[in-house]
Amino acid sequence: MTPELFLQYLFAGITYGVIYAIVAIGFNIIYNTTGIINFAQGEFVMLGGMIAITMHSFMPLPLAIVVAVLITMVVGALIEIVFIRWLDSPSVLRMIIITIGLSILVREAALHIWGESVRALPYFIGNEVTSVSILGAKISPQVLWVIGVCSLMVAGLSLFFKFTSLGREMRACSANRRAATLCGINAKNMVTLSFVLSAGIGAVAGCVMSPITYSDYEMGPTLAIKGFTVAVIGGLGNSLAAVAAGLLLGIIEAFSISVLPLAFQDAIATSILLLILFIRPHGLFGSSDLASLKEF
Amino acid sequence: MDLFKRYIPVLFLLAVVVSIQLVTHFTETSFYLTQLTMSAYYSVVVIGLCVLMGYGGQISLGHAGFFAIGGYLAGVLTTHNLLAFKDYGIVAFLNKIGLLIDGQSLYGETLLTVHPWAACIVAVLTAGVIALAIGGPVLKLKGHYLAMATLGFGIIIFRIALASPYFGEADGISEVPGFKLLPGIEVSGSFGDRVLNYYIAWGMVIIAVLLLLNLIHSRVGRALRSIHGAEEAANAMGVNTSRYKLYIFILSALFAALAGVFVTHYNGGIGPSEAGVMKSVRYVAIVAVGGMANIWGALIMGIVLNFLSLRGVFGSYDDAVFGVILVIIMLFAPEGILKINPWQRIKSLSALFMKQKEEEDSVEN
Repeated sequence: MTPELFLQYLFAGITYGVIYAIVAIGFNIIYNTTGIINFAQGEFVMLGGMIAITMHSFMPLPLAIVVAVLITMVVGALIEIVFIRWLDSPSVLRMIIITIGLSILVREAALHIWGESVRALPYFIGNEVTSVSILGAKISPQVLWVIGVCSLMVAGLSLFFKFTSLGREMRACSANRRAATLCGINAKNMVTLSFVLSAGIGAVAGCVMSPITYSDYEMGPTLAIKGFTVAVIGGLGNSLAAVAAGLLLGIIEAFSISVLPLAFQDAIATSILLLILFIRPHGLFGSSDLASLKEF
Repeated sequence: MDLFKRYIPVLFLLAVVVSIQLVTHFTETSFYLTQLTMSAYYSVVVIGLCVLMGYGGQISLGHAGFFAIGGYLAGVLTTHNLLAFKDYGIVAFLNKIGLLIDGQSLYGETLLTVHPWAACIVAVLTAGVIALAIGGPVLKLKGHYLAMATLGFGIIIFRIALASPYFGEADGISEVPGFKLLPGIEVSGSFGDRVLNYYIAWGMVIIAVLLLLNLIHSRVGRALRSIHGAEEAANAMGVNTSRYKLYIFILSALFAALAGVFVTHYNGGIGPSEAGVMKSVRYVAIVAVGGMANIWGALIMGIVLNFLSLRGVFGSYDDAVFGVILVIIMLFAPEGILKINPWQRIKSLSALFMKQKEEEDSVEN
């Protein structure tokens, strides 16, 4: 493998990796405040991309993306308020089945709204053949957009959770919900907020990746299972580790294409997921003592 | 007396099965029997999963994978032409002991394929061995991890079916011959065998139900229920929880694989959609509607929903219907719809709202 080819695969891996990381962080935000894995997480990404494409037909691209992200956030809030908020300490099994059902509903709604066709947003800068050369590898500027926007989101989120009072309140809820409630934090609103946030970042990822990876109604589950794989490799709930894990999975996948047929790509991610779950369910970076205290 | 009580519903089921056939015979609507046969096979998967989920408390989002393992192996073995390898040691040996049969393809080509009985046993055993191999590590997981791990297993099987030329890729396998269970009794989709196949399928359902009913009223069943109730407590009482979970996982996988084998012979083929994630979710949905720990509920819902779906009643909203069912049932009736007492539901809901209001008031004050 020539150095150029190596770099080419590496950049492809990083691009997919940051997208997986964003999906994984979406899982983590909701998991941290509720203890729920939201199986509909991939659908937020799909919705972001698809709504932006529709909006773009009658408004400029930046505005279309903003509107799409806002609509997806509203959908996230509605899902939480209508289906989850009023449940009285539901069992994990029940929540799994509800969120799976929701993901099917969103997907089927998308199928009936947009049909089966594959769409894409236009490239933010230039077109399909525009490329910049980095160390001899040819990269589309959109790749830099994906990497840049996703890194900004990760940085923004960690600042949000660290320094704003709202972010601190959300962290308090995840540390100890009862104590947080006693301190006057409205835990239920924090849960809604966590759905809004993860819907929002999912939608942003869905918009920036759409020109390269295209959007269609059934992209959600694949992204969700890869995002979950990444979340588990990083240790469920640990968002910074999820970034590292995302890059790892993205790069493994990218290089696997050079050995195995493309059709097996999804099978590789899921095999890694099974392997990690069997060997280190607390993640590569997590501690097993801490994990044994949590309820999965 | 207790035994008598347990088997009365089975006799009732038998009576219903026979009377449905008679009614369709006299009203000349026997085309319904085709879908009822398919529904019966799918219900075998459902009741196996029902015991795993309802009694063992373990979710599996990968049962379509086991169904596909059974169906695909049976399909490949009974259609793959071994004639070119006739003189190789192992093939010659299999031929000699009668495990291979000669046949002719639609185009008059001579075929040498594996006998359906041998193929069926290989397919079901393979599913069992795979269930044993993945069941060990998978069943150590709980909740989300268990759901995702079984989902991952299902996706891998789906991808293998879709990506291997050996399994026909997106086209699946076709021209699968009938399966002669006994001389004169053949599982096949041919028009003349419709009534016979209806009874074969229902015979399989009844045997499966009897087996599971006996199982859940036995020592194993009690152990399983104790696991569902409180795994630690069951462990402390000396129940080997991991072994029982594994048993029931393998058993339900065998059921799924066997149903897969029969459906493949009945349809004369199998496609990758049978291995899809939506199929697994559908089985889970049916178990949920029937009320997790309720074999009869799962069976009734399995027949009704699969029949409606196969008749095309839901049209292009087929998957959406199952999504709605999942959400509604899990929100309002997690015990299944056969156990709903509407009045009590309303009372508990209004009590919930009152409580919530009080909570909000107390937070505001």
